[in-house]
Amino acid sequence: MILGIDMGGTHIDGAAIEKGVLLASVKHQVNRDDYFLSIWQCLEELIYQTGRRDITRIHLSTTICTNAIVEGQVSEVGLVLQTGPGLKWPFERMGDTVVYLSGSVDHRGKVVRDLDMEELRRARGRLLASQAGALSVVCKFSTRNPVFEQRIRDYFEDSYDDITMGHTLSGKLNFPRRVQTAYLNAAVSRTFRLFAGHMREALEREGIRAPVFVLKADGGTIDFTSALRKPVETILSGPAASFMGMHALSEADRSDRVLLDIGGTTTDLFFLVDGVPVFEPLGIEIDGRKTLVRAIFSQSVGIGGDSRVFFDNGKLQIGPRRLGFAVAFGGDAVTPTDALVYLNKMEGKYPGKSRRALEALASENDLSAGQLADLIVTRMCGRIREEIDRILQRLNASPVYTIEELLRDRMIRPRAVEVIGGPAKALAGYLEKALSMPVFCPAHHAIANAIGAALAKPTVEVHMIADTERKTVSIPELGIYQPIDRQYTQKRAEQFALSEVRKAGASLGLTEAQTEPEIVESSCFNMVQGYGGGMEKNIRVKAQIRPGLLYKLERDEV
Amino acid sequence: MKAANRLGLILFPAFDWAISPTHPEREERLLYTQDQLLEEGIEDIEGVEFFNPGIASDRDINRVHFCYPGAESLVTESHRIAAGGVMRAFDAVLSGETDKSFALVRPPGHHAQRVVYGDRGFCIVNIEAVGLEYARQKYGDMRVAIVDTDCHHGDGTEDIYWNDPDTLYISFHQDGRTLYPGTGPVEDLGGPGAYGYNVNIPLPPHTGDAGFLYVLENVVMPILDEYKPALIINSAGQDNHYTDPLTNMNFSAQGYAALNERLNPDIAVLEGGYSIQGALPYVNTGIVLAMAGLDYSGVCEPDYHLGKWTQPEQVTRQVQQIARHVIALWQSREELSARVIAGLETVTRRRRVYYDTAGIMEYQVQEFNVCHACPGISTVRSKNDRGASMIGVTIPRNACHACREEGYRRFEVMKGQGAKKIYLQDRSQDEYFVSSS
Repeated sequence: MILGIDMGGTHIDGAAIEKGVLLASVKHQVNRDDYFLSIWQCLEELIYQTGRRDITRIHLSTTICTNAIVEGQVSEVGLVLQTGPGLKWPFERMGDTVVYLSGSVDHRGKVVRDLDMEELRRARGRLLASQAGALSVVCKFSTRNPVFEQRIRDYFEDSYDDITMGHTLSGKLNFPRRVQTAYLNAAVSRTFRLFAGHMREALEREGIRAPVFVLKADGGTIDFTSALRKPVETILSGPAASFMGMHALSEADRSDRVLLDIGGTTTDLFFLVDGVPVFEPLGIEIDGRKTLVRAIFSQSVGIGGDSRVFFDNGKLQIGPRRLGFAVAFGGDAVTPTDALVYLNKMEGKYPGKSRRALEALASENDLSAGQLADLIVTRMCGRIREEIDRILQRLNASPVYTIEELLRDRMIRPRAVEVIGGPAKALAGYLEKALSMPVFCPAHHAIANAIGAALAKPTVEVHMIADTERKTVSIPELGIYQPIDRQYTQKRAEQFALSEVRKAGASLGLTEAQTEPEIVESSCFNMVQGYGGGMEKNIRVKAQIRPGLLYKLERDEV
Repeated sequence: MKAANRLGLILFPAFDWAISPTHPEREERLLYTQDQLLEEGIEDIEGVEFFNPGIASDRDINRVHFCYPGAESLVTESHRIAAGGVMRAFDAVLSGETDKSFALVRPPGHHAQRVVYGDRGFCIVNIEAVGLEYARQKYGDMRVAIVDTDCHHGDGTEDIYWNDPDTLYISFHQDGRTLYPGTGPVEDLGGPGAYGYNVNIPLPPHTGDAGFLYVLENVVMPILDEYKPALIINSAGQDNHYTDPLTNMNFSAQGYAALNERLNPDIAVLEGGYSIQGALPYVNTGIVLAMAGLDYSGVCEPDYHLGKWTQPEQVTRQVQQIARHVIALWQSREELSARVIAGLETVTRRRRVYYDTAGIMEYQVQEFNVCHACPGISTVRSKNDRGASMIGVTIPRNACHACREEGYRRFEVMKGQGAKKIYLQDRSQDEYFVSSS
């Protein structure tokens, strides 16, 4: 039995699932004074409802770190940066105390200039005198060669509990994002460690030995031990949980799809390509900080079931503000929900009041209530369509770097839409018309997030480089920097990447079949050392656990 | 971080294409440039946008070149995409999507001339010219200056715009007596319709930052101020760099960035540059930042030490002398032009063109009609040592009625003259014809 728990801003959902069958579910308000208690109560209730204690895994999507960041309840962080030559970003605004060190490595990972130990000594003096309780060490091109980050970490190891090294967080190139990611990681380390401690104690007390996994923004999970090293991975997992839930509840196929989550104020849009989620190109943004934390691509539109409907100079407007509930549910302002109630597509608590409010707004604008209701619903679906088209245009224009890809011109062309949220069923018919695509409304959408958390599978993504001149193969994400010989080939590189991904999957409790290791990108560049020089190879492989679900929820049985 | 100028980047490294596995023009060429740009966080600068290249059609290529036996067989996808990248760069700026654009594409194009039998200097299609002529048909004619900062003389671009007064071509290059392709003396000033609008600035080996910036300030900027182009294009070859394996100059990334800031081009197009680890990442980053109006002072090559690449005293004197010569010619271009074409109905130019990459020798005669109402039609008769022969007639964009008629008449007449292919390039009506015998 897998337990999935999703803690959102207001609600916490829980689901117990076994072999694709939903055994129990829970939905509560979040206790904002004690997040841990909220989670623990949810867990206890699932155990009580199922009457079982044979838990195989516990999957948690938590806002612990997200809230800490947004509310500013984080540790002060000292940033130790080796910026090398290049663009001068406002790094001093990225940490609480920032020190710069000279020395650099280049794009190949070759050391250009060494550290200055005297400078390092002075930096330590400044940091120790500051309030910084955690440290982040980030060097330009550190993913290519982490030697300076490691040496600086060693130098500070005795003075700090939480030291984050930039290269451990992502293999992607983007120095300013690496700095931001490392800052956040250090900033929430203590918060997450405390939470994890509470959780472990409580589980031990109850005699539950199930491993705990934490949901990430990319819809995957990581184990508690990894999360303690990379707590930043746990931020903003909410949209991922809802996406994974919809994915779990939707038709099983590998087509292109749009997923819509229609809430009260906003509608969230997600995309599946060949059955795999579309990710943010670089990483998620939180609190004005752009990171390298991989995340499922999602876009919010300021239009939902409770959006305020009004006329501005004779023009119908919907949202982006929400004034409260729909009139049909005790509010004061007309909303799309009221239009749907009027059209007999959904039931309201106060249908009479809702009808009168709609009629009043209609007559003020020389329309019949029926006309207005139609107009609202059509306009709402039209807005969603416009947004989908806009996003598709952008996604389809993503940069490509090979002639093969440019000529193939792989366009995302959604074949169907999955919708969840309050007005989902009522809107389905209208959406179908507006989008010219079949629209499906999965069941159990009220606890979709918990189901998503429960069924999410661990993800690992690796960026590997093998350089036969430097005689090194590196996988920053796994901390691998190993020697290779000059005869190393692209094929060997791919096999190595796959085997490392497989190993990582196994250590996260996946079977070989569940891991589905795959090569995402692979290229091999001849390096010619001037004219008549020897030929060396620069091999680049990106591999991953195929993102997705442990398994789909069985539709017929739920 | 926000760019002062909105900049469109067409970064297309063509990671799956090479002339041959060890050729300088191979897959690896822009690998480290891309690494450097990504590591600097270029993707996160507000106002810097990335665009994919388009693909140039046969028509886009025939607008500029006489391809033998034809564009469809001679021009591969890689060349069409490089040219298509430049077309996208023009679209970005002329449609107002961005203020400026930089096409970081490969292979380059500035050695591709009007007639194309194959590859020379790694070029088959003149990507700037294809982009520019596409833009002129789409957005209307405009006065344009192409400033070529590649270390090699851009003999292809010079040839294509030789007789076009609305396209000022200025080339900085290492003196042709010391480097491929050997052309580009100060005295080559253009055809009768555009005499003085081809400006060659051959520089001595070891010219450094000071020399380039001196020429820019004292020759190029004054000429541009007078010419007042609607658009400035930088044909940006990065091989004046002190680490370039094919050349002998002392230019640095800081120098390139400063040049770009001062020149302030609307569009830059990557040309040559084969120091792919030591120069390209830094020079390209410097140019991107300069174009975006951002601080580039932190961009520096790993082995750059101030003083080491300063140009010798003697070079400084030579550069100043050349600059004086060039500017004097520019200032007297009208008198010179009048003298050169006085009493002539046509001006003839004989050339031998060697295709170093393809190993072909071409012999050609170009004939320019002198017209006082328009730049006049031109005819090129060419044959090569592989037995090919062709004649091409070009009607300029702004041809007068009489010249247009004459162009069509000549196309018919040429059909009987035994050449294997006869081409008509009517840029005035954007129509292109070919006839085989």
